[in-house]
Amino acid sequence: MKHWKKVATPTFAIIAFLAFWEFIVWFNHWPNYKMASPSDLIPAYAKYWNLFLIYGWQTLWRTVVGLIVAVIFGTLIGMVMGFSRTMRDALYPLLVGFNAIPKATVVPVIALIFIGQHDFNTILIAFMISFFPISVAVSIGLSTLEPEYRDILRSLGASKWTIFWKIALPKTLPEFFGALKVSVTLAFIGTNLMEIVEPHGRGLGHLFDSGKINADYPLMFAVLIALAFLGIVLYYIVVALEKIFAGWAERPQG
Amino acid sequence: MTNLIDIKGVTHAYKTENGPLPVLENLNISVPEGDFCAVVGPSGCGKSTLTRLIAGLIKPDEGEVWLHGERVTSPRSTVGMAFQNPVLLEWRTILDNVLLPLEIVPNSMSKRQKQDRARDLLALVGLDGFEDKRPSELSGGMRQRASLCRSIVHKPDVLIMDEPFGALDAFTREDLWQTMHRLRAEEPFTGVLITHDLRESVYLADEVIVLSGRPATTQHVENVKLSGRTDLEVIYTQEATDILHRLRHQIEVAQGRAEVVAQ
Ligand SMILES: Nc1ncnc2c1ncn2[C@@H]1O[C@H](COP(=O)(O)OP(=O)(O)OP(=O)(O)O)[C@@H](O)[C@H]1O
Ligand SMILES: [Mg+2]
Repeated sequence: MKHWKKVATPTFAIIAFLAFWEFIVWFNHWPNYKMASPSDLIPAYAKYWNLFLIYGWQTLWRTVVGLIVAVIFGTLIGMVMGFSRTMRDALYPLLVGFNAIPKATVVPVIALIFIGQHDFNTILIAFMISFFPISVAVSIGLSTLEPEYRDILRSLGASKWTIFWKIALPKTLPEFFGALKVSVTLAFIGTNLMEIVEPHGRGLGHLFDSGKINADYPLMFAVLIALAFLGIVLYYIVVALEKIFAGWAERPQG
Repeated sequence: MTNLIDIKGVTHAYKTENGPLPVLENLNISVPEGDFCAVVGPSGCGKSTLTRLIAGLIKPDEGEVWLHGERVTSPRSTVGMAFQNPVLLEWRTILDNVLLPLEIVPNSMSKRQKQDRARDLLALVGLDGFEDKRPSELSGGMRQRASLCRSIVHKPDVLIMDEPFGALDAFTREDLWQTMHRLRAEEPFTGVLITHDLRESVYLADEVIVLSGRPATTQHVENVKLSGRTDLEVIYTQEATDILHRLRHQIEVAQGRAEVVAQ
């Protein structure tokens, strides 16, 4: 009963949303170039299904690689800032400043610097846009570790590494996964920004761009929905990982 | 009789933004092997600092700390610690929490032996049946019991407790005092108990040390040898009341609210 409900509720919400969308377009007599309706999308998918598979995969793997780099780099930066006050004071303004730069302005610059290196470009942007929340979460998690937790192990002669591995790391996991959920979405935005801006690009962003050039409006909407679908898939993969590694942090709801 | 803990002329100051803050000054404490020593004193006088010194977590500016005839310069695995906050790891079961020290301290126990040891201790403090529960599923008193098990699972020579029962209600606290006596009967360790509760110190300790206000030094040592002490009723005897009276007075002196009277 419970499992059934868990799937049925969101499914119902999606169907309701699609119906509402179809209704609005029909009710307002909007033409395709203003807003395509869900029923227009089916022919678009049928026509370009092989492109959706190829480009969708490109977008997916580059986002995931960018995200993995962001997790590694963000965690390392977060560890440095979490363990050393001096490093925290030194790096924080830099990071905040870097994060404040609108990535839409960085994309053309990167595209020019590494012209033609599509995969590298895209992964770089996905990484740059998504590591910040992770490093902040890890640094806060580590720096707010109560001294008693450290003392419990330190008084037994445990090394710094053991303390990190057995206490600091697991204790930071809930914050880490909270940040990762934000980062997944951000990395996705980064990938698509680059795919759209880059000439002769790849991925769903490129498909969107060619839809625009050819005034194929249903195709553009179909890409958006495909992107939303990939975003949801990635997000729920993170949720599943969170359940496995940080499920203990979930309090039973009474 | 040899002393297991010897604190000789320890002076310590914290470095703060406003210059050094002297916390301990020429402190001398000796605890014979197997004894239980309670330390009481005004709030903020340096009791927690003392526990960190004994555990080797910080080094004194002057003076020496000796455990078992060896000078303490760094943490050692023959020490167990318990705090007011039980600091259990939320992501581990109660059993795995208790097993934590055995993962760090070198030992020759098999996995099976470790588990048996942890289970025995949990049973001893009345937590049998809770081995596989998470800390969040336990009450405050139960968590503190589990924390006590963890602090002695590796058979330390010295158990250092910093207000371990401070956050518990009065009845739970009395329960845990009796648990403490039960543990002492089964496990040989020398104890240092920091507390704000004079009755607790009289019920549990063999000697009570009153520290002066900051910077703390040994102001008074009270030997507590109450007969038949595992019974809570002993707190209400005339003998205990007299001791409590003297300690009460010493605390007031330490707080600067009373003059020393010749005894
Ligand atoms: N790491 C530190 N750096 C600077 N000052 C500290 C530090 N730790 C403690 N102090 C100061 O040293 C003094 C003694 O602290 P300590 O924690 O040892 O007192 P305490 O006797 O345990 O107090 P309480 O009874 O409230 O637990 C306090 O004034 C405290 O502010
Ligand atoms: Mg204290």
